[in-house]
Amino acid sequence: MIEGALFLSALLSVFITVGIIGVLLFETVSFFGEVSILDFLTDTEWTPLFADKHFGILPLFTGTFLTTLIAMAVSLPIGLISAIYLSEYASDRLRTTAKPFLEILAAIPTVVYGYFALLFVTPLLQKIIPDLSGFNALSPGIVMGIMIIPIISSLSEDAMHAVPNGLREGGYALGSTRLQVALRVVLPAAFSGVAASFILGISRAVGETMIVAVAAGLQPRLTLNPFVPVETVTAYIVQVSLGDTPAGTIEYRTIFAAGMSLFVVTFLLNIISYSLRKRFREVYE
Amino acid sequence: MDAAFHVQKLNVFYGKKQALRDVNMEIPAKAVTAVIGPSGCGKSTFVRCLNRMNDLVPGFRVEGSILYQGKDIYSRGMDVIDVRRKIGMVFQKPNPFPKSIYENIAYGLRIQGVKNKEKIDTVVEESLKKAAIWEEVKDRLPQSALSLSGGQQQRLCIARALAVAPEVLLLDEPTSAIDPIATGRIEELLRELKESYTIVIVTHNMQQAARISDITGFFLMGELVEFDPTSRMFTNPKDSRTEDYITGRFG
Amino acid sequence: MNGQETIRVEISDHKRIGRLADRAFSILGLFATTVGLAVLLVLLIDVFIDGYPRLGWDFLTQYPSRKPENAGILSAWVGTAWLMVLTALIAFPLGVASATYLEEYGRKSWLTGFIEINIANLAGVPSIIYGLLGLGLFVRGLNLGRSVLAGAATLAILVLPIVILASRESIRAIPASIREASYALGASKWQTIRHQVLPAAMPGILTGTILAMSRAIGETAPLITIGALTYVAFVPTPPVSLEPPFIHPQGLFDAFTALPIQVFNWVSRPQKAFSINAAAGIIILLIITFVMNGIAVYLRHRYQKKIRW
Repeated sequence: MIEGALFLSALLSVFITVGIIGVLLFETVSFFGEVSILDFLTDTEWTPLFADKHFGILPLFTGTFLTTLIAMAVSLPIGLISAIYLSEYASDRLRTTAKPFLEILAAIPTVVYGYFALLFVTPLLQKIIPDLSGFNALSPGIVMGIMIIPIISSLSEDAMHAVPNGLREGGYALGSTRLQVALRVVLPAAFSGVAASFILGISRAVGETMIVAVAAGLQPRLTLNPFVPVETVTAYIVQVSLGDTPAGTIEYRTIFAAGMSLFVVTFLLNIISYSLRKRFREVYE
Repeated sequence: MDAAFHVQKLNVFYGKKQALRDVNMEIPAKAVTAVIGPSGCGKSTFVRCLNRMNDLVPGFRVEGSILYQGKDIYSRGMDVIDVRRKIGMVFQKPNPFPKSIYENIAYGLRIQGVKNKEKIDTVVEESLKKAAIWEEVKDRLPQSALSLSGGQQQRLCIARALAVAPEVLLLDEPTSAIDPIATGRIEELLRELKESYTIVIVTHNMQQAARISDITGFFLMGELVEFDPTSRMFTNPKDSRTEDYITGRFG
Repeated sequence: MNGQETIRVEISDHKRIGRLADRAFSILGLFATTVGLAVLLVLLIDVFIDGYPRLGWDFLTQYPSRKPENAGILSAWVGTAWLMVLTALIAFPLGVASATYLEEYGRKSWLTGFIEINIANLAGVPSIIYGLLGLGLFVRGLNLGRSVLAGAATLAILVLPIVILASRESIRAIPASIREASYALGASKWQTIRHQVLPAAMPGILTGTILAMSRAIGETAPLITIGALTYVAFVPTPPVSLEPPFIHPQGLFDAFTALPIQVFNWVSRPQKAFSINAAAGIIILLIITFVMNGIAVYLRHRYQKKIRW
C-alpha cells in the first residue's frame, strides 16, 4: 500500500514530462493545422498579433540566438577562467568561501536582473555607445551572462577538481608551470565535464525569460544587430500572456508552438549535457 | 663515485608534524640508490624533496639543504621548474595523461615550446626505445595511453620522464601497482638506464632493492637509520633495527 | 641524443614567457572570480539607492495604484505568501515520497533509471515551459482558472525536482547501521523509514525545501504565463475567520498577483516614479530570498558540523 503510494509519487515526474509534451503537442498540432510548418520555419516575419498575420519563427529564434550568444561570450571565458583559478591556483580556503558567494548570483530572481539590465546597464552602455536603443540585445545578454557565470564556474570547477592528483603530479614532475598543468593536463582531462557545464549554460540562456522580456524590447526582428530591440521566444510567450488572448484562437496557440520549439532545443541541450557529465563520472569516479 | 646530491641536515614538516629528522645523505651519480623502510617512514617524502614535488603539499616546510651539483635546490634563486626538468620522477600509480601515446611523450617538449615535428618525432622514438616499450607501441602511437596495460603504462611514464632529457630519475615505488613480469622488465630497464642517469628508487620490496641498487638507505620514523652499499646492508647491517627490518621482523 | 641537444637552445626564451603567463593568469583568475561579485554589489547598491526612500509601512499596506506615490505591495506580498504556503504543501510531501521510493524501495531497473534521467531533465526545463503546462493543465484542463491554486500547483511542479534531489541526497547519507539497528528490533521496513530514516534525514530535506522555495518566490515567467494579473487591488479571501463557517477554501480559487509580478509591472512602466517602486519591491524580494538562502546555508552548515556518522 505505502510502497504503491510512494511509487506513484516517484512516477509523478514522468507524468509531468508527459504532461508538458502532451499540452505542448496538443496545441502545436492545432497550430500547424492552420499554419504550414514551412511558413513557420522559413517566413521572416512574426506578426501574429497584427491584422496582417505572419508566423515565421525565425525573428524570435535570432532574438534568442543573439542574446544567448552575448551571454555566452560573457559567461564562458569568465566562468572558465574562474573555474581554473579556483581549482588550480586558489587555496582550499578561498575555494570553499568563493563558491557559495558566486552561487548567490544564481539565487537572485531574474526579474531583478531585468531591472538592472534595463535601468542600470543600458544607460551605462549608452554613454559608451550613443546609438544604443533603450531596449536592445546587448544589455540583457551581458546581464544574463553574469547570471550564468556561477553555473559554468561551479560545474567546471567540480569537474576539474575531480581530475586525479596523479595527473597533476605527472605534469609538474616534467617541469610544467601551473598554467601548463591547468591548460594542458587538467582541462583536457576534465573536458567532458567542462563541456557539460557550457551546454547547461547555453540551455539556461535559451530558456531565460524575464531579463529579456524586461530589457530586450518586445519587437520581433530578424537581425543580429545587438544595439536594436529584439524579441526572444520566451519574451514572446510573456508578451502574449500579458494580453487577454482567448483560448482556442490562433494567437493563443502560437505561444504553445513557440514553447514547443523552446522545449525541443533545451531538451536536446540538457540531454547532451547529461550524457557528457555521465561520461565524465564514469571515467573518474 | 661522484655524488649527485648532498643532503644535509634535512628536516621536513607537514604543518606541525615532522616527517623527516636530520637526514644526511650523499647520493652517487650514475648509480641506483634504493630507499627502503616501512610505510609512513618518510621514504616517499624524502624522494619527493629531491625534485621539490612536496612544494605542492599545503603546509609543507623544509629545513637544511639539498645540494644538487653543488647548488641548493631550495635556495631562493633556484627555479623549481628547472629543478623538476633536470630531475624527473615516476610515480607509484602509473599516471599517463588521457591523451595518445605519442602526445604523452611529446608533452614535455611541447611545454618547453618545441614545435618542430621532426624533432618531436625523433625524441618520442628515442625515449620509447630507452624505456624498452618502442616495439610494443610503435604501431599504435595515436591510440589512447589508457589502452595500455599497467606495466606498459608505467614504462610509458618512464619514457615520458626521459623525453625531457633529465639527469636524474626518481621513482616512487614504481612497481607496486603492476604484476611481477612487468616488474621484471622495469627492473631490467633501470639497470640499463643507470649507465646514463642517476636513479633513486623508493621501494617497499627488499628483494627489489637488493636486485637492482648499488647503495641503500633505510628509513624508520623519519630518520635515516643506515645508508650503505647494498651488498653490505643486506649481508651485514650495522644497525640492529635494519637487521630486524630486512629479516622481516616488522614492517 | 641529437634531437635533445638542439632543443636546449630554444627553451630559454619560451621559459620566460611561460613564467610570465603563469603570473599573469593568477591575477586574471582572481579578477574573473571577483567580477561577478563586484557586479552583484553594484546591483545591490543601485537597487538600494533607488528604492530605499520608497520603503515604509504604507508601501507594505497599500494596494497598487495609478499614482506611484500611493502604490504599495499589499496584494503582492499576500499573494506571494499564499503561493509559498500552498507550493510547500504540495511539493514537500510529493518530493519526499518520491525520494523515499527511489532511495529505499526502487530496485535498479530500467524504470528507476528512466525516472532518474527524467528528474534530471526536468530540473533543466525552462520555467516558462512550466507556465505553459500550468496554463494548459491547471487553468484550462482542470478548470482552476487563473487562481492562486493553479499558480501554486505550477510552482510546485517547477521546484519538485529540487526537493527530490535534495531529499534523495539526504536520505542516502543515512548510514546502513541506523536501518540495521531498527530492523534488529523487529521494525518493519516502513516503520524503519518512518521513525528512523526520515527524521534523521529531515534537516537535509528541509534545507533543500527552503532552497526550492527561495527559487519559487522569485519565479515570474510561469505565473505570468498562467495569467496571474499584474494589477490586483484585492487579496484572496482569508482562509480562516472568526465568524462561521470559520474556514474559507474559496480563497484558493481567487485571482492573485505576486511580488515579482508586481515588480515586473512597475519595471515595464516608463515613468521614473514607478521604477522607484520597482526598486523598493525588489529590496523586499531580495531580503526574503537572502533570508531563506541564509537559513538554508546555516542549517546545512550546522547539520554537517554536528553529526558525524
